[in-house]
Amino acid sequence: MKITRQQVENVAVLARLELSDAETEMFTGQMDAILAYVDKLNELDTTGIVPTSHAVPMENAFRADEVRPSMGVENALGNAPGRIEDFFRVPKVIE
Amino acid sequence: MELFDLTIHELHDRLKRREVSSVEATKAMLARIEATDATVNAFITVTPDEALKGAEEADKRIAEGSMDILTGIPLALKDIFLTQGVRTTCGSRILENFIPPYDATSWLKLKERGAVLVGKLNQDEFAMGSSSESSAFGPTRNPWNPDCIPGGSSGGSAAAIAARQATATLGTDTGGSIRQPAAHCGCVGLKPTYGRVSRYGVIAYASSLDQVGPVTRDVRDAAIMLGAIAGHDPLDSTSVERPVPDYTKSLTADVKGLKIGLPKEYFISGLDPDVQKAMDLAIETYRGMGAEFVEISLPHTDYAVACYYLIATAEASSNLARYDGVRFGHRSKDPKGLLDMYCKSRAEGFGTEVKRRIMLGTYALSSGYYDAYYLKAQKVRTLIMQDFLKAFGTVDVILTPVTPTPAFRIGEKTSDPLQMYLSDIFTIPTNLAGTCGISVPAGMSRDGLPIGLQLVGRPFGEEEIIRAAHAFEQATQWHILKASL
Repeated sequence: MKITRQQVENVAVLARLELSDAETEMFTGQMDAILAYVDKLNELDTTGIVPTSHAVPMENAFRADEVRPSMGVENALGNAPGRIEDFFRVPKVIE
Repeated sequence: MELFDLTIHELHDRLKRREVSSVEATKAMLARIEATDATVNAFITVTPDEALKGAEEADKRIAEGSMDILTGIPLALKDIFLTQGVRTTCGSRILENFIPPYDATSWLKLKERGAVLVGKLNQDEFAMGSSSESSAFGPTRNPWNPDCIPGGSSGGSAAAIAARQATATLGTDTGGSIRQPAAHCGCVGLKPTYGRVSRYGVIAYASSLDQVGPVTRDVRDAAIMLGAIAGHDPLDSTSVERPVPDYTKSLTADVKGLKIGLPKEYFISGLDPDVQKAMDLAIETYRGMGAEFVEISLPHTDYAVACYYLIATAEASSNLARYDGVRFGHRSKDPKGLLDMYCKSRAEGFGTEVKRRIMLGTYALSSGYYDAYYLKAQKVRTLIMQDFLKAFGTVDVILTPVTPTPAFRIGEKTSDPLQMYLSDIFTIPTNLAGTCGISVPAGMSRDGLPIGLQLVGRPFGEEEIIRAAHAFEQATQWHILKASL
């Protein structure tokens, strides 16, 4: 058993996904199989190997610290599921 | 020969000689889409008004004498590219009504040269898949056999080319999503080196693997498209400051003395016999043109799929956190509170494959498991990268199959996700290594389904793979075949 149903439920909370019972059951079985498969990476000795953080050799992609126009309020709120004046409207954040 | 049968370069010649207008070509394309898309389902959104407006502007430019090779050409884009004012869904219900406030850089570059947008193409949801079956808008069907998949995740991009619904298209490739559908649909698909093309305005799946690339009728068109979209973009800090060569200069059809590597790990027994036959014929063809073959080893090939499904899912879990119902996209009705809004909006908006990958990725990054999974995969990635860099010390390009089999039937692999994942074995390593690869038509199976071959180049070695691909294409003419719809 690479992963238990309880662990899958915990992961769903971290992932902010509400899963049905059937989905939780299905994902437990599938994740178990996939995690068993990816275990093969442990066949490799990676002592002293630097993890690849970036696909091509690159450093410090900076730009000058200059203010530039941004997309504007109307564009930013254009797809808002809820809006009040110039704000995104959401359920109460602080109880 | 209809207007929708022409390549970019063929249509350009006719536009330049005023034999045809962009409006005529665009109308022909829109009619073609109308006549065929009930069967193919390559398009999520067709944009006739936008297309005709663009075509009229293009015709003005042509009349003024200020056209270039892309002016007036009807193109379609995978629905992962943000198109300002035009609905962009990424194949998902969670973005079903999303209207982007800006354009992707790669599209903007094409638009500025006068290209015309005919529509947005179907894909696996959030680019997660190899068959286009996970789209919230129904599967795209392979124009060569509508019971079969077109490949994925850029299934719409490849199917539209095979069905002659667009002169050229753009797709994205994270684990093979341009090259594999191109192979299944009998067209050309090019994945540039990571950083060659801007990812600004491309909905992110796995940020260290995603790349934008063309899916086209032939290699010349791929070279034209790549030249138009490549280059540094200040809006994408992962794009590189490297000059963009004229890729059409590589279309010399000359491969004398070219050293082609054959990685023994890719030519395993158990390869589909039709794929094996196509590869054998390809090797013979290249030998006949004066290329030399070198057997090489990419010893960590067998670990690539495992490595990919940890890195890609981990990055995806982070990239898809933004779909929370707050600022855009689907928001659940009457949530009981903030957390409930997140959990329900995402549950309602995401499909099963997306949820599965988010779950895997979240687990791989979670406290206590990060080192064992994500970090370990990042180290294995280094080993895979080193395999390629070492190989390019002795060869110029690497030749491989694209897929283990021709296109499978719709529904055949959906019950076992791991089986689906394993079919990406030949394309995934290229993404992990960050380097470039191209898929070209290389034959047909006994059932009349296309088979592709892949050429992998060294980082920023697009010129060499374009040259090698073009030479093969010109010698074999597989790209001339047309699916009967």
